[in-house]
Formats: sequence, structure tokens, C-alpha cells
Amino acid sequence: MMSSSSALQLNNVSHFFGDHQVLDSVNLEIQHGSITALLGPSGGGKTTLLRIVAGFERPTHGTISINGVVVADPHIWVPPHERGISIVVQEGALFPHLSVSENIAFGLKKRRSPEARARVKEMLELVGLPDSADQRPSELSGGMQQRIALARALATQPALVLLDEPFSALDAGLRETLREQVVNILRTAGATALWVTHDQDEALSVADAVAVLMKGRIAQFSDPVSAYRNPETTEVAGFIGEAVSFSGTVEANGTSVATRFGSIELLRPQSPGPTTVIIRPEQFELVKTDNPHAVVTGEVLVTRYFGHDGTVDVRFEDGLVITARLHSRLLPKVGSFVGVLVNSQVLSFPV
Amino acid sequence: MQRTKGFLALLGLAFVAALISLVPLWYLGVQSLSQGLQPFLDELFQDRTLSLIIRSVTLAICVTCASVIIGTFASWVITMSGLPVRFLLTIAFSLPLAIPSYLSAFAWISWQPGISGFLGAFIVLTFACFPYVMLPVSAAMSAINPVHEEIARTMGRSQFAILREVVLPQLRRPIAAGALLVALYSLSDFGAVAAMRHEVFTWVIYGAYRAGFNPTRAATLSVVLLAAALALTYAETFIRGRSDAATSGPAVRRRGRNRNSRASFIAIVGSCLVLVPAVGIPVVSVIEWMTRDTTRNTQWSSVWYASEQSFFNGIVTAVVTLLLAFPVAWCAVRMRGILAVIPERATYITHALPGIVVAISVVYVGIRAVRPWYQEFPLLIFGQVIIFLPVMVTSIRAALEKTPATLEDVAHSLGSGTMTTLLRVTIPIALPGLLAGIALTMLAAVKELPVTLLLRPTGMDTLSTRIWDFSALSDYAAVGPYAMSMLVLAAVPTALLGALSVSREQK
Repeated sequence: MMSSSSALQLNNVSHFFGDHQVLDSVNLEIQHGSITALLGPSGGGKTTLLRIVAGFERPTHGTISINGVVVADPHIWVPPHERGISIVVQEGALFPHLSVSENIAFGLKKRRSPEARARVKEMLELVGLPDSADQRPSELSGGMQQRIALARALATQPALVLLDEPFSALDAGLRETLREQVVNILRTAGATALWVTHDQDEALSVADAVAVLMKGRIAQFSDPVSAYRNPETTEVAGFIGEAVSFSGTVEANGTSVATRFGSIELLRPQSPGPTTVIIRPEQFELVKTDNPHAVVTGEVLVTRYFGHDGTVDVRFEDGLVITARLHSRLLPKVGSFVGVLVNSQVLSFPV
Repeated sequence: MQRTKGFLALLGLAFVAALISLVPLWYLGVQSLSQGLQPFLDELFQDRTLSLIIRSVTLAICVTCASVIIGTFASWVITMSGLPVRFLLTIAFSLPLAIPSYLSAFAWISWQPGISGFLGAFIVLTFACFPYVMLPVSAAMSAINPVHEEIARTMGRSQFAILREVVLPQLRRPIAAGALLVALYSLSDFGAVAAMRHEVFTWVIYGAYRAGFNPTRAATLSVVLLAAALALTYAETFIRGRSDAATSGPAVRRRGRNRNSRASFIAIVGSCLVLVPAVGIPVVSVIEWMTRDTTRNTQWSSVWYASEQSFFNGIVTAVVTLLLAFPVAWCAVRMRGILAVIPERATYITHALPGIVVAISVVYVGIRAVRPWYQEFPLLIFGQVIIFLPVMVTSIRAALEKTPATLEDVAHSLGSGTMTTLLRVTIPIALPGLLAGIALTMLAAVKELPVTLLLRPTGMDTLSTRIWDFSALSDYAAVGPYAMSMLVLAAVPTALLGALSVSREQK
């Protein structure tokens, strides 16, 4: 039983603040040694879910088990300090009155024992800061502070590490480097992690699995590739990556859809009838207006140059505006007319 | 929210503190209605009560208006006038808070023996109370973004027009909050009006208790005074709670040094006009008392004894207050729900209780409920703790709010329970704030008069009671050493601590 159980399991967890429902029947299962991203818009219930798992809040309904042991259900409630979970929060997470090594040793049983000292040293090496043991948290940069916070969280060998938007207080350049370092540290330590973020890039790049939490429900739980390529709802599609949506009609064969851009192959077969088509910016191709494949042409409204690539807004006669992503060399002139093609399989959702 | 054992223990202690704070209210209710409602109403609707109300309100209004003008001017000097040595000026302007009102009253009387009644009380209270306006107003002034003034300047406004159209409108709330505090303190002050023999509430209540021994009249008047004080306290919290919205955005640029010579002239002359009566007269008087030719030798051993007693009394009061205030503040900061708020609200009510009312209540509770303690040390501490709880709760609360709740969450997740987290994380981080709270309470207890006067054990003499006793006999040569000891041991450290905490907040 113990060996086959997952690191964390949530069954039908719901939570209310007064009359306001924050979580609605959440089911989630996290495997040992995996990194799961909990992705969702602000106010979607991510932080509440994390606080419930940590034990700072008691769920209104539902069951939570860690390593197969129930820590919260209608009758049982294990307080946070007995759950064997550690957390890494946004910022200011280090105890300001303790040195770096005292911070890391905080959760250890015998803090002054040789074993504890060895563990602290091991953790400092793991996070790549072997020389900062005696420094004060205020002497460290924001990124270093977060690595120490991670070392402190891992020192107790927790069943689960919760990361609550760990980099949202850092600037963009630093965030990306640190993200890779943290993933490497978690993998090296063999830790199981639940990583809360509102940043799609972060979720897709770090996680083995992505759970999309929208309006208190798990809207999708899958691997990152499927989350992007094969979202289960239009909301998920719109939240993970950019997308244009417009109406179309699924043809009688059920494998292609008739749109203003001509007939396009569907990613998932669907019964014939009206549908909403979702197309990502990189699926559009802009061609000359006299290209025989171009069914429609539109006027270039805006181009945005990002260096390597760029985006173009194209408006059609009926007012629909689409955004296409292209290599920056291919950006057309503003005001010119272009033909628009769709060159890969697309998603659609029945209306 | 979790309900662990440590958690419930803290909540329980918080309620004990709340009950202690409510003792005076309980007493007032019982005593004022002890002969039924009719005697209470008879006592209330008497001509002498009406004229007492008029006298008290007149004094409070005059003191408040004068304090608003002086306090706003002092804030302008220390934040915007561009004078150098602003830090020293801040200390100088907050010194009056540290000088006991009875001491400055006696200083004025010894200098101008003819001064008494309304005029004397008005002068002493105004120069004692204006810092209550200055502190919130100067904090708000330094938060005003100078960019607004520069924009107004580019639009052709004169310096004076900028002050009137840009600066003052942003200060309405802090001025109102400070004014209410001044009104509250001038209503509840005992020392100054007692020294000036001005018949307002506190002095009449004391008289009804001491001379007439008319407990029902004392209690009835106390109820009226308390009602007025509660209204002022409520209004003050209401205004202060909303004033935060008025502070400007995050990037407030530091104010450069202003080289305007006319402004500097006004600042220097004005500061002298305020500081001479507010600080100069009390300090110079005390020095003059010390040098007065005296026919007998100063009893230095009894000065030493009184200082010792004052300090011992202060330390015990401060520590007991801290132990009771901590759970109240902790619950208010870290718990949610109505249960957590009740203790804090209860202790805050006592903020409005004039010392003399607390003193009389505790005397009666002592006689009736804990007879063996009457005129004993524990009862004195009990009375002082009631007075100082609200201030201590506020200062601990401020210290705890600086400790982010996430740090406690992290500690919990790393295996620490409620009490362990308190000892290993919360208290160490809040320690500077807690120590400052202890120090300020201790110094305030040294200066405190009405409770010490009524509740001191027989034979115990503190600095404040000595100053009171000798001054009442106009024996200023004898007061000198005690007053000097008071200034050196309590007043100056209080002012320094106050100025330090203000300057730290402004950083």
C-alpha cells in the first residue's frame, strides 16, 4: 500500500471562504519524484490549494493524503508541523535573525549535532553556495536567498516541497537562470514538488505534469506538451499560450473543418456541425496575395519586432483581427495586403 | 485556521488581559447605579454638573485649537522648512511629551505664582499636548511627494499658495487625528489641572473621592467623562484608519535642503517661541530649584530611595504589561474572526479611561474584592497595567506586523508548533519592538501620578509622589532634586526613544 501510494492525493477537495467557493471538487494526484506545476490565473484558487495542502487552512470538504496517510478529511486534521511538507514562498522567506546555515538547519532535529552540520554543508553544496554558511540573509541577492530557502526546505527530506510562485519577485532575466538551477536541484535531490505559478512558460518548461486550476476547478491535468497542443477546453487553450478563436463548421468526414481560411485538418476528430476553431499565432503563414492557396487576404495593421521573431496583426474585411508569429525577416509592411494560410492541424471545440 | 493547544493558551491569556482591562468599567457600572437609577440621574442633571461640563469642554477646545496650530507649525519646521539639525529639533519638540504635566505646572506656578485656574491649565496643557498633533502630521508631511509642490510651482503658485492649496489639504486627516488625541488627553489629564486648581472633571472626581468621600458622585462624573473620552477615541480610530489612503505613491523623493532665508527665519523664531515655554521653563525651573538656598540639607538618601522605588515600580509594571499585552496583540495580528478581535477592542477601551478613574475603580475593587491587597504593591501594579495595556498592545502589534506571517508558515512546515514558532521565530524578530515597548512603558510608569498617588502602599514614595507632595506645599527647594532625577532618568530617555522610533519609521 505504502509503496504504491502517490506522494500527494487530493480527493474532492472543496473550500469556502464564507459563502464564496474558492475550490470546487479538486482531484489531484502527484507521483513520487515528479515536479507538478499548478498553473492558473490570479484568483483561481492556487494559493488556497497550496495552503490547504500545507495545513495552514482546513478544507471545507474532501480528503488529502500524503504518502498514503490521510492528513485531512472530515474527521482527521494533521497540523502543518507534523505533515513533513516544506514550502518555498515568494520572497522574504529567510528568517532575518538567523544566519544562512542556521536557516537551513531550522527544521533539523538536533541542530548542533555533527549530522546536522554535515546536512547543512551538503545542502549548501547542492544549491551551489558552499561559502555562504555564515552570511546573513540580508547580505544575499534575491536569487541566492531563494536558493537558500530551497536548501532549507530540502534539508528535512520532506515528502513534498511546495513552491509558491518562488520567482515572481525577481526580474525576468534572473528568473530564467534560477528556474533551471532550481529544477536541477530538485531533480538531484529526488524531491517531489508542487510548483504554483501563473506563468505559462515557467509551468511548461519545469514540470513533468501541469494542473491547470481555473475558477476553483482543475480544468486540465496532463503533461506539458498535451496541455499546450491538446487543451481540453477553450479557456485552457486561451490561458496557455496565445490563440485566436472564430467560428467554423466541421465537415461531414469529421476530420476537417470549413473556415474562412479554407478547409483545415482537425487535431481531434469531431462530429459534423458548427464549432469554435482555435489557432495559435505560429500556425499562420503569410503569403503574397496572388498565392493560389490563399483563400483570404487581409490588411497588415501592426507589426511588432522582437529581434529573432515578430508578430503581425492582420485585419480582414469583416473586421476579424488575427495575430501571426513569424521569423522577423518575414515581417510585412504595415498597410500592405497579405494572403493568410493555416498550415497545420487545428483544435476545435463544439459550440 | 488551526486550533492547536498553544493557540488556545494564547487566546485564553488574551481574554484574561481583556477582563483585567474591563475592571474599571464594571466598577463604574456598579457604583454609579448602586443606589438605583434616580440618584444617578439626580447627580447627573445638577447645575454644578452642567457648569463642570462647560468648563471642561471649554478647556479641551481651547487646548486643542492651540495645539493644532503649534503642532502643525512644529511639523513644518522638522520636515519642510529645510532647517539643518532637524533630528535635534525633532527631539526638542517631542520633549514635552516626556515632561510630566504636573511638573511643568509647578514650574509655571513657581515662576509666576499668580498663574492658576483656566489660564494656567490652558498654557501647561497646550505646551504639553502639541506633540500629539506634531507626530502624525510630520509623518504625513514627510510622506508628501515634493513633486506635487514642484508641479504647483511650475503652474505659477507662490510658496504660501502651495502650502495652502497643495500641502495642507493632504494633512486634514492627520491633523484631525492629532486634534482628537489632544482633546482626549486634555480631558483626562489630572496633574496639570490639579496643580492649577482648575475645577474640571478629573480634579473634581479626585475631590469627590478624597475630600467628600462621595463615591457615587465620583462614579457618576467618571461615567460622563468616560463617555466623552470613548467618543473621542472612537472618532480618532475612525479617522486614523482612513488616513492611510491619503499617502502618496511608492517613490517619494527625499526633500532637498531649502535655502529660503525667509522660511528659515520664521522657523527659527517660531521654534524659540514654542520651545522656551514648552521645554525651557520646566527645565530652567528645575535647575533653579536645585540651586535655591535651602535651610536644610537635601536628603539625598531619600531621593535615591524614591528613584529606586520609581524604577522598581516601572520595571515590574512594564514586564507584567508586556506579558498580558503580547497574547492580545498576537491574536489580533495572527488570528481571524471575532474571537481574536474582542481582547484588542476591550483593551483599547481603557485607552479612553482617565488615570484618575482607573485609580478610584481599583481602590474600590481592592477594598471589596481583594482586601488583603489593598494598599499593597500588587494592586498598584494592577492599576498601572490597566492604564498601560493599550499602548503596549499597539506597540507590540506594530512589532509583530513587521514579522511576515509567511515566516511563521515556513517554520510550521519545518516542524515547529505554535509555541516553538513563537519562541524561535516571532519573538526574536519582534524583539527590538518588544524592548522598546518595555522601555517606554517603564518610563511612563515612572512619571505616572494619579494611580500611584491613590494606590501606593503606605510608606512607599516614588519620584512622582514626592514631587506632588512637596509642590503642594510650595516647597520647591525640596522638589528640586526629585524633579531633576525625574528629568534625567525618565523624561530625557523617553524623548530620545520617541525620536528614535519616529526617525526609524520615516526611513
